[in-house]
Amino acid sequence: MSDSLSASQHRTQRLYDRLFQYSTQFFAFLVLALLAGIIGSLIHGAMPSIKAFGFGFVFTADWDPVTEKFGALIPIYGTLVTSVIALLIAIPVSFGIAMFLTELAPAWLRRPLGIAVELLAGIPSIIYGMWGLFIFAPFFSQNVQPWLNTHAAGIPLIGPLLQGPPMGIGMLTAGIILSIMVIPFISSVMRDVFEVVPPMFKESAYGLGATTWEVMRGVVLPYTKTGVIGGIMLGLGRALGETMAVTFVIGNAHNFNISLFMPGNSIASSLANEFTEAVGDLYTSALIELGLILFVITFIVLSLSKLLLLQLSKSEGKHS
Amino acid sequence: MTALYTRRRLANKLTLVMSYLTMTFGLFFLGWILYTLFLHGLSALKPSLFTQMTPPPGESGGLANAILGSLLMTFFATLIGTPVGIMAGTYLAEYGTRGWLAPTTRFINDILLSAPSIVIGLFVYELYVVQFKHFAGWAGAFALSLIVIPVVVRTTENMLRLIPNTLREAAAALGTPQWKVITFVTLRAARAGVLTGILLAVARISGETAPLLFTALNNQFWSTNMNQPMANLPVVIFQFAMSPYEDWHSLAWGGALLITLSVLTLNILARSLFRQKSA
Repeated sequence: MSDSLSASQHRTQRLYDRLFQYSTQFFAFLVLALLAGIIGSLIHGAMPSIKAFGFGFVFTADWDPVTEKFGALIPIYGTLVTSVIALLIAIPVSFGIAMFLTELAPAWLRRPLGIAVELLAGIPSIIYGMWGLFIFAPFFSQNVQPWLNTHAAGIPLIGPLLQGPPMGIGMLTAGIILSIMVIPFISSVMRDVFEVVPPMFKESAYGLGATTWEVMRGVVLPYTKTGVIGGIMLGLGRALGETMAVTFVIGNAHNFNISLFMPGNSIASSLANEFTEAVGDLYTSALIELGLILFVITFIVLSLSKLLLLQLSKSEGKHS
Repeated sequence: MTALYTRRRLANKLTLVMSYLTMTFGLFFLGWILYTLFLHGLSALKPSLFTQMTPPPGESGGLANAILGSLLMTFFATLIGTPVGIMAGTYLAEYGTRGWLAPTTRFINDILLSAPSIVIGLFVYELYVVQFKHFAGWAGAFALSLIVIPVVVRTTENMLRLIPNTLREAAAALGTPQWKVITFVTLRAARAGVLTGILLAVARISGETAPLLFTALNNQFWSTNMNQPMANLPVVIFQFAMSPYEDWHSLAWGGALLITLSVLTLNILARSLFRQKSA
């Protein structure tokens, strides 16, 4: 090692600096290119189907590989219905878990319980699917569905949804399993945003005699509103694109049914089931168009989620 | 006054009970799933599971070829995805203060992190399988590497941001060129964190099924040829579990237990590694 660098050494180091920066920049750019590539290749693959069916693809319920008539309505319906069921269950449960972990649990329990809930997110989706098919669906058909058949018939509006043959598999089962899968995502976002509420706000409310629930409803929730919605959107994005667990239990039938007990289909499960067996270019292309629709929907939902969460962290910056 | 007070207390009690119940709900399902896995999987966990090939229905066999395929594809996916992720994450953390590229990449990366993995499968199908006209282990590894990248980008950036700026300044004050500051000082200081990210990425892909369905497909035989369709645990589990054969179900449970145990171990390992570092 010499004591000082020569001019040429300086130049080499400057060159290395430049090279290093550009190469990291290149890889960052590659991530963007990846997104563009996904969208581009899906559009390319879906082109025959887009040309053949036009915009009506989204509103057509036909799905007939023999006569090559394809429409996305049934899978889109199934995707939305299962995701909505998942959110209806997951939102209150996740809120309860986040509240438990931030306000109620003793400090020594918070970490292990938080990890336990996050492990639920670590279990691969195919495991949920197997468990759903072999364990949960039979349990559901023997214990829950007969009960719903006798007791839920009278409920206005949602009564007819909860009637039908107790087969175990179907859209309701898929929705319930999805809800278990998205709970860890929603609850961990909720927990994180609840933790950013300045303790002074909460302490002031407690000091005025507010109960825990009143602090949650009057202080924590208004403060973290955007973050909570962002977390819910993240869960929705996850639920929409979930493939394997749904494929196992949804029943895979291209039929429209009011009853949630009946088998249905989601975009992802149609792809998983039919793609490798699809014969003919139009069939494959229609399936790729389904994938494109799924990607666009989840992209929008996840972007919204991200924007809401960014907004929260910005306003948090203003406070402090 | 007392009526109002009682009502408020009652509402509070009710919420607290609900909160306890939801926590139990979550833990209950975790317990139920793990319990069934052990119940059905342990009996299938025999030496033959690791030494024999996937059998035709009605014959005994194991999952050796599927385990090998999964290991190979996970290895290559990590090998391809990690450097890309670390470089991109480094850019976001070290140079990402100005310009449009860094915020946009950060945003898109977070979306790719939660994007449906089956769409990644379709993408690689279009890119690889359609071009080369056959399914292949490489296609599977490539699809998985696309799932590794966002995970590694995210953790690398976060971990580099945890490194105090004084460290960078101290190195720069000694006249160190920036590329050396980053590679020899900041990245080295953050290496436990970066390793955590890689472990989490491996955990994530070892259970992924959807992107392999149309890329690696499946193979009944022992094969180390990455240019051929390749057996892998998740797809074999999917195929076996959906079949009507009892002995295939048993093998599927064995595979499911194997995957879950490795994923959970990786998760816990990653966490303890990170905790050690931050403690």
